[in-house]
Amino acid sequence: MAQLNLLQAVNHALHTAMEADDSVMVMGEDVGHFGGVFRATSNLQKTFGKARCFNTPLVEQGIIGFANGLAAQGAKPIAEIQFADYIYPAFDQIVNETAKFRYRSGGQFTVGGLTIRTPYGGGIAGGHYHSQSPEAFFAHVPGIKVVIPRNPYQAKGLLLSSIRASDPVLFMEPKRLYRASVGEVPEMDYELPLGKADLVQNGSDITLVAWGAQVEILQEAAQKALSHGVSCEIIDLQSILPWDRETICQSVIKTGRCLINHEAPLTGGFASEIAAVVQSECFLHLEAPIARVCGLDTPYPLAHEKEYMPDALKTFEAIMQTVHF
Amino acid sequence: MSDVMESEASNMHNVICDRDHMAQITSTQAVTLVDKQSTSMPMLQLLNPTGELLNEQYKNAWDKKIALKLFYAMHFTRILDERMVAAQRQGRISFYLACTGEEAAIVGATAGVEMRDMIMTQYREQGALVYRGFSATQFMNQMFSNALDPNKGRQMPIHYGDKELNFMTVSSPLGTQIPQAAGFAYGQKMAGQDAITLCFFGEGAASEGDFHAGLNMAAVLECPCIFLCRNNGYAISTPANEQFKGDGIASRGVGYGVHTIRVDGNDALAMYVATKEARRFSLKNNRPVLIEAMTYRLAAHSTSDDPSGYRSRDEEIVWREKDPIMRMHRYLQQVGWLDEKDLDGYISKTRSDLLAAVKYAENQSVAPLTEIVTDVYKDIEPHLQDQLNALRAHVENYPESYPNTAHPIASDNQTGGPK
Ligand SMILES: Cc1ncc(C[n+]2csc(CCOP(=O)(O)OP(=O)(O)O)c2C)c(N)n1
Ligand SMILES: [Mg+2]
Repeated sequence: MAQLNLLQAVNHALHTAMEADDSVMVMGEDVGHFGGVFRATSNLQKTFGKARCFNTPLVEQGIIGFANGLAAQGAKPIAEIQFADYIYPAFDQIVNETAKFRYRSGGQFTVGGLTIRTPYGGGIAGGHYHSQSPEAFFAHVPGIKVVIPRNPYQAKGLLLSSIRASDPVLFMEPKRLYRASVGEVPEMDYELPLGKADLVQNGSDITLVAWGAQVEILQEAAQKALSHGVSCEIIDLQSILPWDRETICQSVIKTGRCLINHEAPLTGGFASEIAAVVQSECFLHLEAPIARVCGLDTPYPLAHEKEYMPDALKTFEAIMQTVHF
Repeated sequence: MSDVMESEASNMHNVICDRDHMAQITSTQAVTLVDKQSTSMPMLQLLNPTGELLNEQYKNAWDKKIALKLFYAMHFTRILDERMVAAQRQGRISFYLACTGEEAAIVGATAGVEMRDMIMTQYREQGALVYRGFSATQFMNQMFSNALDPNKGRQMPIHYGDKELNFMTVSSPLGTQIPQAAGFAYGQKMAGQDAITLCFFGEGAASEGDFHAGLNMAAVLECPCIFLCRNNGYAISTPANEQFKGDGIASRGVGYGVHTIRVDGNDALAMYVATKEARRFSLKNNRPVLIEAMTYRLAAHSTSDDPSGYRSRDEEIVWREKDPIMRMHRYLQQVGWLDEKDLDGYISKTRSDLLAAVKYAENQSVAPLTEIVTDVYKDIEPHLQDQLNALRAHVENYPESYPNTAHPIASDNQTGGPK
């Protein structure tokens, strides 16, 4: 097994998918010869040719519109949006087209082969437009799955599943971890199931839920809580939609407490949905209100990035408050 | 009632009339697929690369004062870029984006409009601010995201905005300013202002839907604005020939019914003359104009980029020979307007001003914590007040973890920086 970082694992998955299936094609701004601004698509053009890995003109609505058409024809496009902050010009193509293709045609036409890859998230001094976490917008749209890995092993396995899934998938990559997260990644072709959460750490006093780069924030907070005698169970959601209600609820029934952490603003964030389901499924087991540690309801700032972030300290404080409710 | 209002009013009476959308269309009996050559457009060049004036008619197109102001602003811009790329390498700022090689296109166009005109930019147009008098300290306050930045340190370096200088705050999402420029110009027209909007963008951004929306709307709604495309050959790593197959960006203007001119973007005089004429035409007729400035991005895309992965050194060398500052220098020598000693003095003063400004700006505190929730709405709404209160209590609880806002550096706001 090779030690890879998250970017290399994504690159591995793309090589593997293109190798295995001629109908897989990679497209997006700067993804060709250059290999993408983060180098996630390195060497794909060299290996598979310009027809299967190509630069597009600089137009996100065009990239997704084109990919929708290509997927409808039967191919498996993997379209890159350079930053999740720049996905909005393609919002209409994703929300009204990608997500409704199958439903509106009674299942006659589908863009199930489509995968949209995009780096998201903050903590990199990126300001308003290189830091956003827009997963909740897309989780609100029936018809497209949303997947987020937290380490190289997951990145390869989940990306391969996403590419081969029969439904369109928005695959969001935590760019803060692109080079920071390093781990063992099997050489072989493997898939990890969509819709399943990953139990990161067993614990008995509180269930902590996050995804992507925030999972390591939970780990740090849990470590600190442990030194105060609090045992945390940590769950990485991995799939934002459909999400693994069973794993989360079973854990909360066991611990009696729940905290959800995400970088996106609090109001209308995906934590709200999880909290609503947990309170309805686990009501009689809850010993404290469900806590949400999230970004502020403001645009993502630069000079105040540290203060904005739902960091380990804020998470630790919320854990202790919940436990001592 | 202004002329504009009258023509709007008479249009209203004409809502129903006999129309012929084919009135301009002639017939042909031969099958011909029209190709891009049919709209191929020459490029206005008034100075050749050795600085010689190519058309005597433009001898008096500008005077010594404007030519030197423009030339010095180009130099300031070049020095600023060199200094900030170095500052980024030293880890003093997180990001920078230089406009090396494009100074004539940017500063030349800015000199061709009036101070009261609105300028909307993409992000590589610091030369426009320089020409309008943005100071070394103002640049640095923005780039060091400190409390003195009028945008309150909220955006990445180079996302300037200055209301006093009629310079709209930069936004990273590409192309968004293009339809906004049309709307702003429509507002200027309706308010009866003697002003237009000058809107800059790259040839890559011109692929965005917003470009097409903006040009079409400006044409249909008769907006007094100038769309200025810097065609510098690259959008990050993507060369122009993978961006579009038409005859540049200029040919699109014609398609939208927008008056268009293609200009040598490394020729400051041509840029000045073309923009000045575009402004006159636009304001007089309430019509948009598209200018395509043909230039080259000698700089890396940004400090996050290394162009050696996608273009050759030899290609860059060809363009170094066409350096717009060198061309202007030679021209000024030929017409006898250049005082080399004065220029040397200006260059070394600019260097030391910038250095002093860096030292000043990097020692200012960031905006106070309250500013994290201001300007989201006009007032701090109750839910944001709650979030601020909780955040403040948390920061006070862990001051050592939030040093920027827990212990702000005492800043000498009053002085406004070194002179
Ligand atoms: C909507 C959107 N998509 C992608 C990006 C990322 N991006 C930033 S600059 C750039 C290239 C722009 O090229 P061009 O318009 O030619 O301007 P130049 O950099 O050459 O001045 C890209 C793709 C962005 N900022 N906004
Ligand atoms: Mg360009």
